[in-house]
Amino acid sequence: MSEHEYRPKSKVGQWFNDRLPLLTLANHLTDYPTPKNLNYWWTFGGILTFCLITQIVTGLTLAMHYIAHADMAFESVEHIMRDVNYGWLIRYIHANGASMFFLAVYIHIFRSLFYGSYKSPREIIWIIGIIIYLLMMAAAFMGYVLPWGQMSFWGATVITNLFSAIPLVGEGIVTWLWGGYSVDNPTLTRFFTLHYLIPFLILGLVVLHIWALHVPGNNNPVGIDIKKPSKDTVPFHPYIVIKDGFALLMFMIVFAFFVFYSPNILGHADNYIEANPMVTPAHIVPEWYLLPFYAILRSVPDKLLGVVAMLSAILILAVLPWLDTSKIRSAVFRPLYKQFYWILVADVLILGYVGAMPAEGLYLLIARVATAYYFLHFLVILPVLGFKEKTIPIPLSITEPVLGGNPNLAMAKKKESKIE
Amino acid sequence: MSDKKTKRRDFLFTATTAVGAVGAAAVVWPMIDQMNPDASVKALASTEVDVSSVNPGNTITVLWRGKPVFIRRRTQDEIDEARSVKMEDLIHPEKDEDRAKNPEWLVMLGVCTHLGCVPLNDKGDYNGWFCPCHGSHYDTSGRIRKGPAPWNMEIPKYEFVNANTIKIG
Repeated sequence: MSEHEYRPKSKVGQWFNDRLPLLTLANHLTDYPTPKNLNYWWTFGGILTFCLITQIVTGLTLAMHYIAHADMAFESVEHIMRDVNYGWLIRYIHANGASMFFLAVYIHIFRSLFYGSYKSPREIIWIIGIIIYLLMMAAAFMGYVLPWGQMSFWGATVITNLFSAIPLVGEGIVTWLWGGYSVDNPTLTRFFTLHYLIPFLILGLVVLHIWALHVPGNNNPVGIDIKKPSKDTVPFHPYIVIKDGFALLMFMIVFAFFVFYSPNILGHADNYIEANPMVTPAHIVPEWYLLPFYAILRSVPDKLLGVVAMLSAILILAVLPWLDTSKIRSAVFRPLYKQFYWILVADVLILGYVGAMPAEGLYLLIARVATAYYFLHFLVILPVLGFKEKTIPIPLSITEPVLGGNPNLAMAKKKESKIE
Repeated sequence: MSDKKTKRRDFLFTATTAVGAVGAAAVVWPMIDQMNPDASVKALASTEVDVSSVNPGNTITVLWRGKPVFIRRRTQDEIDEARSVKMEDLIHPEKDEDRAKNPEWLVMLGVCTHLGCVPLNDKGDYNGWFCPCHGSHYDTSGRIRKGPAPWNMEIPKYEFVNANTIKIG
């Protein structure tokens, strides 16, 4: 790569770079060779970085006004909404920002699933991504507790009680998490501390995620290994910077729509009632981004097994690079996988829907079928498909199908011979 | 390098690591234990409740250690129903006689043993309690009969100070 020969033009730059090679790093990031066929599904990495920075900046400013105490938290949030200059705006950006963050991360994850970005040699990037996703869920859950409304309180109660399913030590762990015999002030103060910490842990992992990405370079829609730099690549700046920037603007329009026109549509009205340990709201549901896992939890009629199923549904993603036995990355060349991929997308959406509905009757039945299918996809379909599927031949380079006008190698060859 | 010298180094290395590990654990424990209930939380151990105004068939809910406690004055029908259940029909077999020493009064933590929600009174398939969160049904003795909860609702330590006052804790 070119950064090895990189030398700053100015004398001062050379002096500085010899002592701390920051300019070399900047040059690497600018010249970083990127596949030239990246589509808009690849812009969500940049969008997610924007989401993280937004959450950190708005979170810092909210923390200047928020009071982490069971008696004052609810009022301090109302104080932010009514009295603090632009407090309503900052809080709505932060609250909806969490949803936007998850929206972007789900698109990012499903892009990886479609184009096989988790496969060798990118397993470590993928696993770091899963850890980031887990931390995001922890941060979102604890952040939701902070306003100390009814949903905050009972959401915290239900989720912390998941640990009581652990045999023998479960109850002790829950008491330890609470710092008492129920969710109360000690729970709130520690959740605030951890909610403040986690985004910085995520930031550190994002650096590792990008570092690990820059070793093999980006996967691409064709899913083949490419030479870097070559006629198949373009420098990150300005090509990808402009494309990411445009996608980010589009994303910000959606973001702004929620913040300014329906800031509460993704929340629950019950959270504008102050926490009351005597009354559980009639219908407890988590935020939309956790609903599929909530549906899996409820679909199992046993407490411990329900918790195990829910955690497995997330952790199974970490071993995905080894469950998927196919050597072909992109679904473009896997006609059967492509169909199962869309069934999985539908399955997760169905789980999300039934997760929001009461756990009874037909909803429960659908949740059980969808849960079974979710595990079937990862544990049976993916491993078997790698051996059974007849894949479409992959092109030798990115340029080939572009020039040939068809992603199919055989078709491209045919066209080439015609041209000759 | 002789064998003897290598062994001496190995011993020093192992011993240093072991002492270091014990030291680290000793420092980590206070960091973990500080999260357990503190002295002020533990001090709020008991509460006294006046139950003279509770009529048969009614339930009052009081807060004890941050958790709701149901105090139900049961009707004769409810007591009969609770006491006539066969042990083999129960998910978590407990005799009603053991749960309610004074059959008229049922005192229990109003906390679903599934994931900690507060069940609703006079609801569900067994005329007892129903948890709205994940659909657990409890009978008139607060015993789990149907749904994901694994145990009966817990009976706290309590005593009648006099005919009208219950001390919980």
